[in-house]
Amino acid sequence: MSGKPKLHYTKGRGKMESIRWLLAAAGVEFEEEFIETKDDLEKLRNDGVLMFQQVPMVEIDGMKMVQTRAILSYIAAKYNLYGKDLKERAWIDMYVEGTTDLMGMIMFHPFQPAEAKEKNLALIIERATTRYFPVYEKALKDHGQDYLVGNKLSWADVHLLEAILMAEECKPDILSAFPLLQAFKGRTSNIPTIKKFLQPGSQRKPQTDEKFVALVRKIFNF
Amino acid sequence: MSGKPRLTYLNGRGRMEPVRWLLAAAGVEFEENFLETREQYQKLIQDGVLMFQQVPLVEIDGMKMVQTRAILSYIAGKYNLYGKDLKERALIDMYVEGIADLMQMILMFPFSPPEAKDKNLDSIKERATTRYFPVFEKVLKQHGQDFLVGNKFSWADVQLLEAILAVEEKVPAVLSGFPQLQAFKIKMSNMPTIKKFLQPGSPKKPPPDDCYVEKVFKIFK
Repeated sequence: MSGKPKLHYTKGRGKMESIRWLLAAAGVEFEEEFIETKDDLEKLRNDGVLMFQQVPMVEIDGMKMVQTRAILSYIAAKYNLYGKDLKERAWIDMYVEGTTDLMGMIMFHPFQPAEAKEKNLALIIERATTRYFPVYEKALKDHGQDYLVGNKLSWADVHLLEAILMAEECKPDILSAFPLLQAFKGRTSNIPTIKKFLQPGSQRKPQTDEKFVALVRKIFNF
Repeated sequence: MSGKPRLTYLNGRGRMEPVRWLLAAAGVEFEENFLETREQYQKLIQDGVLMFQQVPLVEIDGMKMVQTRAILSYIAGKYNLYGKDLKERALIDMYVEGIADLMQMILMFPFSPPEAKDKNLDSIKERATTRYFPVFEKVLKQHGQDFLVGNKFSWADVQLLEAILAVEEKVPAVLSGFPQLQAFKIKMSNMPTIKKFLQPGSPKKPPPDDCYVEKVFKIFK
């Protein structure tokens, strides 16, 4: 046993990507075991290691953790990326829930039926630029600090950077009206652990393509 | 200003109900501001009090909190319903996330088209009895304690009781294969703060009816 966290998921972004980001940002090395076939998933289920028969599953500190938010909260707290008190945690939670909703839309986009894709993409862009990004732009403007909460790097910052990059993949100039987010993106991308994760060869997964969509549909039956 | 938390939502369960449950279980009195019209909702947006233009909104300790999970985590943390350390918190988080997935099916049920209702009801029953309830039955059996985590009342217990009652409303005999959960349901229901919440006249909301569904469509389009 290596002591490193071990991630169980398919070889793609999905719901595990935010976990890869957070571990990487915290400077934590991790291992990955990829589910490549339906049988791989069935084996995990039959071994009784998936609490609710679902992945992501992360083996960490003797626990077999499931449920993305539970896993992220644990990692954030363990590596001091969750604020200094209950109120800072509340702000981080609110911000993260917003970026989760936005990234959720982007995550499901490749799985939409072809005829709905254009409209869905327009909705993603609208939500990003009118509902979500203005909130983070304002937060940074109001306190003038480098980080969203408590003048210190937190889970909220890592999650926001991940969301910005995903949104830019949908529309490259999506940050055009958000100067502070542009600066935030530049600064946060240069944090050594994050810079390393953004380089080729890291465990960051590529954008979801048709091949991955087909694989996911096959393994998870939808 | 009363100092009590103030909840803004429709006069119905929806996404606010778990918050009502948790505050009540913690013995915290709260006020409610009910949304009746679309204009009221749009005014809240214009006034800039809804971070992501959405409700639930809970005004608590000087914050205008949104996002149900953030609100619930804050309440749990504040009122010592979140375990004694990081590992207990992890267990509580896993349990409440699983229960939230089950509750999401129940939340969406009234909004499913009539032809899909039977299928969705079957799905709720199947998921409850084969994916979710067995987990908690096993947890309670293995440690033999009254509460799910750390031998102490927590957010997870409140959430599980709420889910059990919500599923029973749709599938009355759903606990028939789960003796531990049957005992759990009785014990939790008899805790003084919860017992009070389960009595008529409490802030607990009735199951959604057609009138409620119509209101949701009208206000949120």
